[in-house]
Amino acid sequence: MIMKKKYFLNANIIDPQNSIDEVGGLIVDENGLIEAVGKKVNINNIPSREKYIDLKGKYIIPGIVDMKVFVGEPGFEYKENFRTLSEASLSGGVTSVVTMPNTNPIIDNVSIVDFLKRRGRDKAKINIFPTASLTKNIEGTNMTEFGLLRAKGIVGFTDGYKTIQNTRLMSRIMRSAYDLNCLVMQHVEDKELAKDGMVNDGIISTKLGLQGISDLAEKIIIERDLTLLEDFNCRYHISQISSQKSLEVIKSRKESVEFTCGVSINNLSLNENDIGDFRTFLKLSPPLRTEDDRLALIKGINNDLIDVIVSDHKPEDEEQKRLTFAQAATGASGIETLLPLALELYHNESIKLNKIIKALTCNPAKILKINKGNLNIGNEADFCILDINKPWVVKKENLISKSKNTSIEGRKLQGKITNTFVKGEELFKI
Amino acid sequence: MANVKKAIKISQKHLLGIQDLSISDVNIILSEAKQFIDLNKSKNKKLDVLRGKTQINLFFEPSTRTQSSFELAGKRLGADVMSMNLNNSAIKKGETLIDTAMTLNAMHPDIIVVRHQDSGASNLLSQKVNCAVLNAGDGRREHPTQALLDALTIIDRKEKIEGLKIAICGDIVHSRVARSNIYLLNMLGAEVNIVAPSNLMPKDISKLGVNSFSDMKKGLKDCDIVMMLRLQNERMTSSFLSSNREYYEYYGLTPDKLDFAKDDALIMHPGPMNRGIEIDTNLADDINKSVIKEQVELGVAVRMACLKIFCE
Repeated sequence: MIMKKKYFLNANIIDPQNSIDEVGGLIVDENGLIEAVGKKVNINNIPSREKYIDLKGKYIIPGIVDMKVFVGEPGFEYKENFRTLSEASLSGGVTSVVTMPNTNPIIDNVSIVDFLKRRGRDKAKINIFPTASLTKNIEGTNMTEFGLLRAKGIVGFTDGYKTIQNTRLMSRIMRSAYDLNCLVMQHVEDKELAKDGMVNDGIISTKLGLQGISDLAEKIIIERDLTLLEDFNCRYHISQISSQKSLEVIKSRKESVEFTCGVSINNLSLNENDIGDFRTFLKLSPPLRTEDDRLALIKGINNDLIDVIVSDHKPEDEEQKRLTFAQAATGASGIETLLPLALELYHNESIKLNKIIKALTCNPAKILKINKGNLNIGNEADFCILDINKPWVVKKENLISKSKNTSIEGRKLQGKITNTFVKGEELFKI
Repeated sequence: MANVKKAIKISQKHLLGIQDLSISDVNIILSEAKQFIDLNKSKNKKLDVLRGKTQINLFFEPSTRTQSSFELAGKRLGADVMSMNLNNSAIKKGETLIDTAMTLNAMHPDIIVVRHQDSGASNLLSQKVNCAVLNAGDGRREHPTQALLDALTIIDRKEKIEGLKIAICGDIVHSRVARSNIYLLNMLGAEVNIVAPSNLMPKDISKLGVNSFSDMKKGLKDCDIVMMLRLQNERMTSSFLSSNREYYEYYGLTPDKLDFAKDDALIMHPGPMNRGIEIDTNLADDINKSVIKEQVELGVAVRMACLKIFCE
């Protein structure tokens, strides 16, 4: 598709992949590709007849790559479909999403991948990168066809919110993934230790009378997997961690094996106290933990022990949340608020802006081996414009996602995406 | 009919847990309850303070003493009491707690007494109905009227709670009675010892301001009150203990362990008891030491007080 060239000037451009953090411009060519970017792009580069957009005070960042997103297709379209996910993502500056395979049916065979890609292409305006399950029907017993699925465009393998519990199977998965150069994304939780658990095991679980999940349940699986990796160091990614204890293990193993690690924005921005009087929207997996854990996770990003921040977007309809805490569904909708909530950590000086953007763009892209999350010249122009100081309040009725189960209802945030572009086309404008 | 003066206003609309109450709230309830102790012993036990009021007992979990105690309390105050047997109701047809609440709310009750197997169920219910909600036990979280009747029993025998040393022993992790009692006894100035095997001890319990022991003899040392809890086998989804025999040996209340407590120590138990598992059967029936029957008796008075206060 041929489009008009677009010129942006005087923006604060942040592109961690290319070490760009400067005031400059961006030119998008007729094919929606990036023609030029950076401080060298100024008014003199622009033909006198062409119009340009002055972005003084605003930021340009690469489109966000969200590595953990649940889309309800197929099977749960009433929670979220590709169209609603796409609209919600664009409003939050997310241009690429990695979708989870725990749909109905489960994404565990080649034929369903074709369906998924077709639906994604027809209904979503953003880039959809589907994952498939590690085991057939997410039962934790038989491996899926990693090689064939990867050839169909599957970027990674995960059993969603389930962990491979069987150690022998996990070791075999790593061998296969090693041979076939596939990415394994593990949800890290020992099933038996965490059984029936709903919240962090501690004073809050004691007070609320809810079954706790020990942070050891997470640590044990991380220790096990990193030990197995010593034998066959496949591409291995810990989907989400939640505790200080996990970080200690990660730190001690960084030298001996290669792996990467993610964290949910929820665990970076909330703690177990926020659950208050049984707020079911804050029933999450992994659970919110203590304030010390939250601070340790922030430090983990600053020390490069954590590579990726995800939204862990899990839309749930109201019926699944208007129940007692024990009965309520797990998870929160969060793709629209991922960046603004992460910016809270910049505004309160917890994490440098460059680091936040890195964890949201080029880091996940590198792990996934996809050419996204950057402003490389010649690459498809997926980017967004950010008004970093714009104040706003999260209200569930204003959310675009089909489900309104936000974990941060009523939170005052600072920073909002004003425009989002995919392949050079402006698809969202405030 | 006997003449009982009007209750004083309390800070809360609902009785969901001891955690929400202030000391003055507790004192209002306890002093109101005291008035009913003698009434309950007299020949004419019927009052009309709740005449025309509708009380619904909503029990999602089987209960004998709490449900009958609330039913009797409501009837003695003249309320129209409806007890719902939820084993046969819409819940089994898949209706959610909120829908049940909305349905009942449409019948304009003045008070709903609820027991539910999930922690926080009474909080959820209270957000959805217009009338007052009394929590008659929610999961493992709270059982406020039990703690209030325990306090009333202690005050009745020991004249005070402040300065007493009270041991709560047994299956703490599954016990809403333990949690409510910890809050209430702490508030009223007692020193609380929690005694349980580590598998039945909730995490970070000492942060609630109690001393925790896994050795029963140490935990009972110099105590004025020994409160035993029932082993809640129905809530144990996996192995917590090796056997009842071993539990009785180390954590059952027996005369030799009771010797570590004060000579005039009283034995309490919220019932129903597992005799020979958490308590020696002769000790449970020892009228000089055990106040278990008195707890049941005062339970009616406490529930009358709560119904009267929260109905207004």
